Amino acid sequence: MTRGPLSLRTDASWQVLEGFGRAVRAACRTVAPTDQEELLDVLDRAKAEGLSVTFRGHGRSYGDAALNADGLVIDMTLLNRMLRWDPVAGIAEMEPGLTIEGLWRRTLEDGWWPAVVPGTMWPTMGGCLSMNVHGKNNFAVGTFGEHVLDFDLVTPRGEWYRCSPRENAEIFYGAIGGLGLLGAITRVRLQMKQVDSGLLRVEALTGRNLDEVFDRFEQRLPESDYLVGWLDCLARGSALGRGVLHRANYITREEDAAWPRSFHTEQQRLPDTILGLPRSQLWRLMRPFVHNPGVRLINSLKYQASAFEDGVTYLQSHVAFAFLLDYVPDWRLAYGDGGFIQYQVFIGHEAARSTLKTILTLCQKKGLPSYLGVLKRHRPDPFLLSHALDGWSLAMDFRVTRANREALWALTREMTACVLDAGGRFYFAKDAVLQPDEVRRAYGGDRLDRFAALKARLDPDTLLVSDLARRALPSFSPRYAPAHV
Amino acid sequence: MSVTFKNAVVIGASSGIGEAIARQLATEGADVAIVGRRADELQRVVQTNPARLRPYVHDVRHYDETPALFERIVADLGGLDTLVYAAGVLPKIVESEYTFGKDRAMIEVNVIGAMAWMNLAAARFEAARAGTIMGISSVAGVRGRRGNPAYGTSKAALTTYLEALRNRCARYGVNVVTIKPGFVDTAMIRGAQGLFWVVSADAAARASLNLGRKGTSASGFVPARWALVALIVRSIPSFIFRRLNF
Repeated sequence: MTRGPLSLRTDASWQVLEGFGRAVRAACRTVAPTDQEELLDVLDRAKAEGLSVTFRGHGRSYGDAALNADGLVIDMTLLNRMLRWDPVAGIAEMEPGLTIEGLWRRTLEDGWWPAVVPGTMWPTMGGCLSMNVHGKNNFAVGTFGEHVLDFDLVTPRGEWYRCSPRENAEIFYGAIGGLGLLGAITRVRLQMKQVDSGLLRVEALTGRNLDEVFDRFEQRLPESDYLVGWLDCLARGSALGRGVLHRANYITREEDAAWPRSFHTEQQRLPDTILGLPRSQLWRLMRPFVHNPGVRLINSLKYQASAFEDGVTYLQSHVAFAFLLDYVPDWRLAYGDGGFIQYQVFIGHEAARSTLKTILTLCQKKGLPSYLGVLKRHRPDPFLLSHALDGWSLAMDFRVTRANREALWALTREMTACVLDAGGRFYFAKDAVLQPDEVRRAYGGDRLDRFAALKARLDPDTLLVSDLARRALPSFSPRYAPAHV
Repeated sequence: MSVTFKNAVVIGASSGIGEAIARQLATEGADVAIVGRRADELQRVVQTNPARLRPYVHDVRHYDETPALFERIVADLGGLDTLVYAAGVLPKIVESEYTFGKDRAMIEVNVIGAMAWMNLAAARFEAARAGTIMGISSVAGVRGRRGNPAYGTSKAALTTYLEALRNRCARYGVNVVTIKPGFVDTAMIRGAQGLFWVVSADAAARASLNLGRKGTSASGFVPARWALVALIVRSIPSFIFRRLNF
């Protein structure tokens, strides 16, 4: 049977896609182009058929950033080639579907590590750029976007822009952190960080309550390359906000007895077993403990155990230190069928302590404590929709069940009000709950209007939409409203 | 857990069991999109309850039109929680007849059309963790009988497809219902010989909806006594079965 080119509306396959937290999902058409030409062709056809488009990498955004109910999701993961690697200058030129894992495996043996990585190695370059991700060194080196030398962006109308701080600067600062709403990223050039060893020196420090955690954090900040805090969000009273800090510093080759072997990928492996159990099955063991008393017990044990390693230093590979979330594969399944949401609040330096105390107390009062709390220090960056500010962030995981969903969403609304009153912000890679008025308060009407103007210029047909945009930024996505069940 | 049907689409609703199901759903207060080939027949059905029934003319073999029509129906109804696939054809096949065109029509309408519609509903309902998909299969799918090879094949295929869909989606809260009617007094079997236990389309529709309302992803015969026939037919050894005339 002969026929013309397939219609996307009719022939694209349907798939129920989830955010990484599994608490939001949508039935979407999906297509996975294998080269740039095919990508442009798909965009063309989507436009002709009036089908909205969302780009998706490895689906590591926790919420609905890479979902498009009833529309088309373009899976970018097959565009994953390393185009050029310069081991002298440490510059990697990549297609957008290449993961951080693919990147470091190629570069570390030459002595280069990505300057900014999130807690997992599975996000793609396109995702890292569009969400402008940060790591445990945000206070020192900024966000991912600050290490992007330039990138190519193709608009839905087929216009091509090379963007850098000098060339098409407005698009450069808008598309980094631009949620994929301005165009397809087809190429990224990234400056890597030179490292002298494959290992880091890590020090663990405990804090008996939030003030002590903050004090020790601030005290160690100037001399740390990485610094991150784990908070026991279930601890109450005088122990409210207690936690463990992990600080890491680069070391010289003289300090590394294993040099240069420590660069090799086999030295950068995550342990196969944890507590004598196979890593891949650990989530099953965690599952029976994922409720308030269970997490309270685990957190207490973890905290008490940390007292023994307070001030102890040890050497750890980059991979083992950076990618904590990859230690337990499928750990998110431990949250059960309802999944979880991650909710990360960013609060300016002055207001951070008191606001975080208020938030931790509020969660406990509602009986909905976060099962994981991660504290980080941030600095402002020049991107239009940036989440980063001179202050602190606390990322919190909340288990979602049929029974608690409504109460949990109401709790986030209350917390959001606290954060906004303190002049804070949020992070779209983690978000599943924010409403348009909250986003407007967090980012300011001026920034959103500038982003809208940029979008009107690059995507005047409003082809690029996502469930996140429909929920939180409806002014950018007026045309293709989905009909929900 | 009893299911309430609010926004439904019934494919193959211009006559027979489909029509009866659509009318009963509308009587119960559901908004129902009725899909069929014949505009005049659809109009006739709409007239029975114009406030609740909306007609959509469509031939299920025009698979290219299905996704756009599905989306339009969802938008028109303001959501969708129920899909009933009742489209089916049973051309008359006489002794010693082998007509590919008829066989093809049965597979296209009874099976491929069902897949085209149910895939769309399944994706939507899985994401929503709710919804009912009901397929009208037949007791004819139980065994490969000599009378009409393609019809039996099409219904066996539909039954298996629905079973697989159930195994796929029930864990996500989707209610996948297989209806296997015996003889129902519709245009499809009028004039045929050797009928027994014939029930009206209304009675079959009522029994079907009752199975669906349970919300347990039921698979059942309509009326239930056909289960006994199916059991017997299934257990006849092949060397005897080939000598039988039904």
